[in-house]
Amino acid sequence: MELELRGITKRFGAFTANDQISLKVEPGQIHSLLGENGAGKSTLMNVLFGLLRPDEGEILIDGVVTSITDSGEAVRRGIGMVHQHFMLVPVFSVTENVVLGFEPTKSLNRVDYRQATEDIHRLSRQFNLDVDPDAIVENLPVGLQQRVEILKALSHDAELLILDEPTAVLTPQEIDSLMEIMRSLAAAGKSILFITHKLKEVKAVADVITVIRQGRVVGTAEPSASESELASLMVGRDVRLTVEKTPYDPGDEVLEVRDLVVLDDRGLVAVNGVSLDVRAGEVLALAGVQGNGQTEFVEALVGMRPVQSGTITLHGRDITNLTPRQALDVGLGHIPEDRQRDGLVLTMSVADNLVLNTPRRAPFARHGTRNLSAVNENAQRLVRDFDIRTTSIQEPASSLSGGNQQKVIVARELSRSLEFLVASQPTRGLDVGSIEYVHRQIIEHRNRGNGSLIVSSELDEVLALGDRIAVMYEGRISGVVDPTASRESIGLLMAGHTTETASV
Amino acid sequence: MSETSPARPSLWVRYTSSSPLVVTFFALVLGLAFGALVIVTTTPAVLDAWRAIFHGWNGLPHALNLTFNNVGAAYRSMFTGSVVDPQGLWHSITTGNGWTNTLTPISETLTYATPLVIASIGVGIAFQTGLFNIGANGQAVTGGIAGAVVGSMLHMPEIVHLPLTLLAGIAGGMICGAVPGVLKAYTGAHEVIVTLMFNYVTYAFLLFMVLSTPFQQPGQQNDIGRTMDHSAQLAPLFGTSSGLRVSYGVFVAAAVVVFAWWLLNRSSLGFDFRVTGANPSAARASGINARSVIVVVFLISGGLAGLAGVVQVASTTHYVDGGFLIGNAGIGFTAITVALLGRNRPMGIVWSALLFAALGVGGRNMQATTGIPLDLATVIQSAIVLMVATPVLVKEIFRLRSAETTTVQLATTGWGS
Repeated sequence: MELELRGITKRFGAFTANDQISLKVEPGQIHSLLGENGAGKSTLMNVLFGLLRPDEGEILIDGVVTSITDSGEAVRRGIGMVHQHFMLVPVFSVTENVVLGFEPTKSLNRVDYRQATEDIHRLSRQFNLDVDPDAIVENLPVGLQQRVEILKALSHDAELLILDEPTAVLTPQEIDSLMEIMRSLAAAGKSILFITHKLKEVKAVADVITVIRQGRVVGTAEPSASESELASLMVGRDVRLTVEKTPYDPGDEVLEVRDLVVLDDRGLVAVNGVSLDVRAGEVLALAGVQGNGQTEFVEALVGMRPVQSGTITLHGRDITNLTPRQALDVGLGHIPEDRQRDGLVLTMSVADNLVLNTPRRAPFARHGTRNLSAVNENAQRLVRDFDIRTTSIQEPASSLSGGNQQKVIVARELSRSLEFLVASQPTRGLDVGSIEYVHRQIIEHRNRGNGSLIVSSELDEVLALGDRIAVMYEGRISGVVDPTASRESIGLLMAGHTTETASV
Repeated sequence: MSETSPARPSLWVRYTSSSPLVVTFFALVLGLAFGALVIVTTTPAVLDAWRAIFHGWNGLPHALNLTFNNVGAAYRSMFTGSVVDPQGLWHSITTGNGWTNTLTPISETLTYATPLVIASIGVGIAFQTGLFNIGANGQAVTGGIAGAVVGSMLHMPEIVHLPLTLLAGIAGGMICGAVPGVLKAYTGAHEVIVTLMFNYVTYAFLLFMVLSTPFQQPGQQNDIGRTMDHSAQLAPLFGTSSGLRVSYGVFVAAAVVVFAWWLLNRSSLGFDFRVTGANPSAARASGINARSVIVVVFLISGGLAGLAGVVQVASTTHYVDGGFLIGNAGIGFTAITVALLGRNRPMGIVWSALLFAALGVGGRNMQATTGIPLDLATVIQSAIVLMVATPVLVKEIFRLRSAETTTVQLATTGWGS
């Protein structure tokens, strides 16, 4: 199938998730859509699969303008989708899952399982998708469950397969066999749209690469393009950021991380022996394409994820495996990656959110009773000092814009007496004004002689804020460089090339 | 595809997004209107009059007249039976006599509302923390048993006995509430299932108690427990001779309302509860220990339900029997709807408990005076709750976030997940 998207635009309120996206997938082609989380890849696929309606633009199938109104329509038109989170019934067998919704029937409307099983055998043989039709899905490893998803799409005669971050849940061996399957599908003339943010896989399997960033196509590349080229395309930003800094004058080591090992939610190693030092009066920027263990690293620092081995010390004191409460009490400030999930209670007032993690500290409470006038005074002061735009401190946090929500978190964290600041993606999704503001606050915190660790996947932010830049790749530090380093060299580190540069 | 202008929100959307007070008011009106419809369709005379208009429009005034008379009589008897009879009030004011009769309706409503307020606040606190305590009835049963045991089998002066009896009730409810709380906190067992099933455990325990020797009423073969000492009872507010049942329990309920208001709006602990209820992830990141919150909430919620049980016993029957809080009298189940209707806020719960009590008490009077069955009161209660609770329930249980209409996100806190 030949699929063409022309000028697809999708807005959610004021936010444009897809902005004039055009691309073309040829029959038998593996077309890779490369972009960071939040770049708009999934929105685009949901538009294509009929789950969302585009505000502008058109979809052409084999040169004919087609309107895809729902997922059933997409399936009838030969589009199959393998979701990142599988849509399988765990207690059903492989056969039952594959035929679900399109069961072949014999007389009296009975499901014809023999026919279904035969179909599965035929498809498995054809595309090397070896899986036992009678196995119960929940007993299968994740890689095989994914094959069931692919089989399901193929059994509906899909000519175009959308694979949404298919490797995110797989082991390296499973990834290899998935790539084999993708190649054999392409060889059989199927078109594949492969969505990912992993450079290596793209280079290994794609015929054409389209890079999208912030909802826009920022470039197309051949698989021969270097990984660093692709990385800088993915994370670059149009706006150049400059922050006034006092000269770099680092003090003693504040935070020391030694050989840290942390697991992700699936129990796989996400942080693999990371060692880092951050000194007083220094911002250490942790760069890297998202999903290389930064999230788990930060969660382990602030007590939200157990440390398997290794140590973390703050001012020489062991702070490994604290509870979140203890981490707050030793003076770790945390600006979380997902501010609406971990940083705010949207239904509660701005004033309450400004004391969210210190409700019991003097003067906000005494003997278990909250002192609301102190809470409100604190809010008035922070709203003024940090320029939080809100009509009232009693307004729920949900009424604030994203930038102002982030300012609430920044104000709350920086107004505590911090020993160390950990900020994860501190300016994601913010407008330029808010970005500058948040950057200035972080730098002022540094100028006062404090240590900070800033995790960001945006190269410009890393270059603007960092006094030193550590790059993380597949759970390890692939290098530590000065902010004067070239974007290309950082891009190389982000793609996993290690350097002999500065010691860790 | 061009830019589409946002469609005008439907009536339903505007209704469900309007202010809580507006929703409640409309629910009340709609509930009463629905009740009127039920009266019309179930009273043969009225129905006949409406049928007659198929033969000629001149029957219309008669049909309308009959309708208004019947519905008016029903609702009037409901009001006079639960609040006050204006004629009786006037009579009492002018002659100074008959105060007992005049005040009995409001006294009964308050008597019924008192334990309901306490139990509903317990349920409401759990709701605010994002926890479903469906076991309030069982907790009230164990609280009632514990209170009746202490009240009937220990003997001491009132100044010690009554507080001890009430504390026993709280402890009884707490024990019953702690089990689901601990199971949820440490094993992840679903609190809806555990609390719901625990109700049956408490019913069996109740039957065991009232049929076994130390606690069974001496000389009785029936399922009746011992009667509480006078020193353990919540005495009638206006003395035994007044004939009015409303008891000092109302002060207990008032104290619970003040406590709950402080807990939820002014205490650090309640702040943790609300943060946990509104956003568990942020609660964790803010250093709140989810396990201890769950256990403490279930202790408080269960303790209040237990207090409701003992207040019920100590202010009305003074003994528990095998039918205690079972069936229609199950205040722990009514408490769930009362808490939802009151939006889990202490004062909201007071008003909704009073409304429910008045509908129940007034319904009995309506049955006696007009012959319309008591069940109509239940129909009206249910209609009101449906009208009010649908938006609340949907938001509460399914945690509906306002999203794009095509991508409505559902995130349940529990049910089935």
